[in-house]
Amino acid sequence: MSTNDGTAVTQATLVRKAREALAYRPADVSPQRRVQRRYTMRLWSVRHARFLEWFYARFADFFLALHPVWQAIGYSRAEKPVKFVEKHVKGLMFDCRMCGQCVLSSTGMSCPMNCPKQLRNGPCGGVRANGNCEVEPDMPCVWVKAWEGSQRMRNSDAILAVQKPVDQSLRETSAWLRVTALAAAERGKAAP
Amino acid sequence: MIRHSLQPDENPEGVHLPLDPLPGHSSRGRLERILRRGEFAVTAELNPPDSADPQDVYDRARVFDGWVDGINAVDASGANCHMSSMGICALLTRMGYAPIMQIACRDRNRIAIQGDVLGAAAMGVCNMLCLTGDGVQAGDQPGAKPVFDLDSTSLLATIRTMRDEAKFLSGRKLTTPPAVFLGAAVNPFAPPHEFRALHLAKKIAAGAQFVQSQYCFDVAMLKEFMKKVRDLGLHEKCFILIGVGPLASAKTARWIRNNVPGVHIPDSLIARLEGAADQKNEGKRICIEIINEVKEIEGVAGIHVMAYRQEEYVAEIVHESGVLRGRRPWKREPSPDQMAVVERLDHLLEPHSERPADMVNKVVGQ
Repeated sequence: MSTNDGTAVTQATLVRKAREALAYRPADVSPQRRVQRRYTMRLWSVRHARFLEWFYARFADFFLALHPVWQAIGYSRAEKPVKFVEKHVKGLMFDCRMCGQCVLSSTGMSCPMNCPKQLRNGPCGGVRANGNCEVEPDMPCVWVKAWEGSQRMRNSDAILAVQKPVDQSLRETSAWLRVTALAAAERGKAAP
Repeated sequence: MIRHSLQPDENPEGVHLPLDPLPGHSSRGRLERILRRGEFAVTAELNPPDSADPQDVYDRARVFDGWVDGINAVDASGANCHMSSMGICALLTRMGYAPIMQIACRDRNRIAIQGDVLGAAAMGVCNMLCLTGDGVQAGDQPGAKPVFDLDSTSLLATIRTMRDEAKFLSGRKLTTPPAVFLGAAVNPFAPPHEFRALHLAKKIAAGAQFVQSQYCFDVAMLKEFMKKVRDLGLHEKCFILIGVGPLASAKTARWIRNNVPGVHIPDSLIARLEGAADQKNEGKRICIEIINEVKEIEGVAGIHVMAYRQEEYVAEIVHESGVLRGRRPWKREPSPDQMAVVERLDHLLEPHSERPADMVNKVVGQ
């Protein structure tokens, strides 16, 4: 925690002032490389977390029912078109970052990869008093929204589960197909 | 010769060595012992030097001698570049201090962090505080690449896996696991307020054994948080240390509120500072008042004093608030055998070099 003793100016302040003098800087640019989509429904999705939770459960069942189809096509061949659809649908709905390991159902339908620190286990200590992000002052904190969304959901305790670190090697792959393949394998193990 | 009795928490073989393991303890450090004995613990934050001189670290640690149970070695706090927490810990353990190594996820990925955990534990670091870290925009090098490979909770889980299951995150075996006491940070003063206590529960589930809080300037808000914590029974699973610190002036307070992420300072407090004749003294008095209120809250196991650039006041604050209740924390002092060496030092360094001829001359000269 850096402070200023009132008289001296910290290096951070000097750097910030120098940058302000240099060029125009849009408010929503964050040091973490991310593109803000224009027509995002991120906040709508959080408000309708309960509906989406219901819908997602049905959708997962539907995808699992299609398991023979995926197997016939081959999961690796289905990957490309499914990923294309998933990327655009989830991009619109959640501002998805394609981490490939979706935890939306545990985070109140607020995508944690949108957090500039990509926190998957809860808010950092820097949330502003108005509930906005420390890094991007104009963006509502992803985890404040996640808490709101999770309280609307039937399974509101899912947010309490400790999440594993992101497996960076799964980036830009389809989470839908992976979850389906895993569920199918589980089912196959249960009833051989 | 002055005989110093050994202090309760000191290894008789050497002050830099870890203590004997105790049943139920996960580390061999003093901080864990003090907390588990039920004492009210005091920790402080060392202002990391911008230099390569070890003496700077020793000088800054010396002001805490005999007043604190643990010294936090910060890891580029506020994303400002300083001597690394690893380096500070190396120096502090050499001198027998009990450092709390802060690990921020901002600057290093999981490979680097796990390696550092082993290295630090090998040097004798017994306490580690897992942090996410401030964003790079807050510091002096906003052009740096933020890493954030792990987050504070998954970092806790990672180190706990290394300690309890003796393996890396990948599953590869460790021959000697790091025996560390795991800590985390908690900020009861930032939204979402209803989630904060549950978030603490989550960190405890991931392995946190003690937590240090952000600066507390609003005791009413803390009491509300602690009530939720007690309702969840979390104060029995984890030692909670509340962050406190003196404000140097009303101007500083305003600056901190606007520039340091996550610090909440009520307007009334700033008004009180503004009205005081001696603002620095008033800031110290407010700090002591807050400590006196905080120590009475059920479930609070200690305080964490962050007196940035006012480290010399830590001893005064600790003394005047009386939180130690007469207890004397570990103090770096010579052991009996070292005292024996000191007495013979002149003799050892300057061996008899008088030649027989000189002896004759001396006698003849008389």
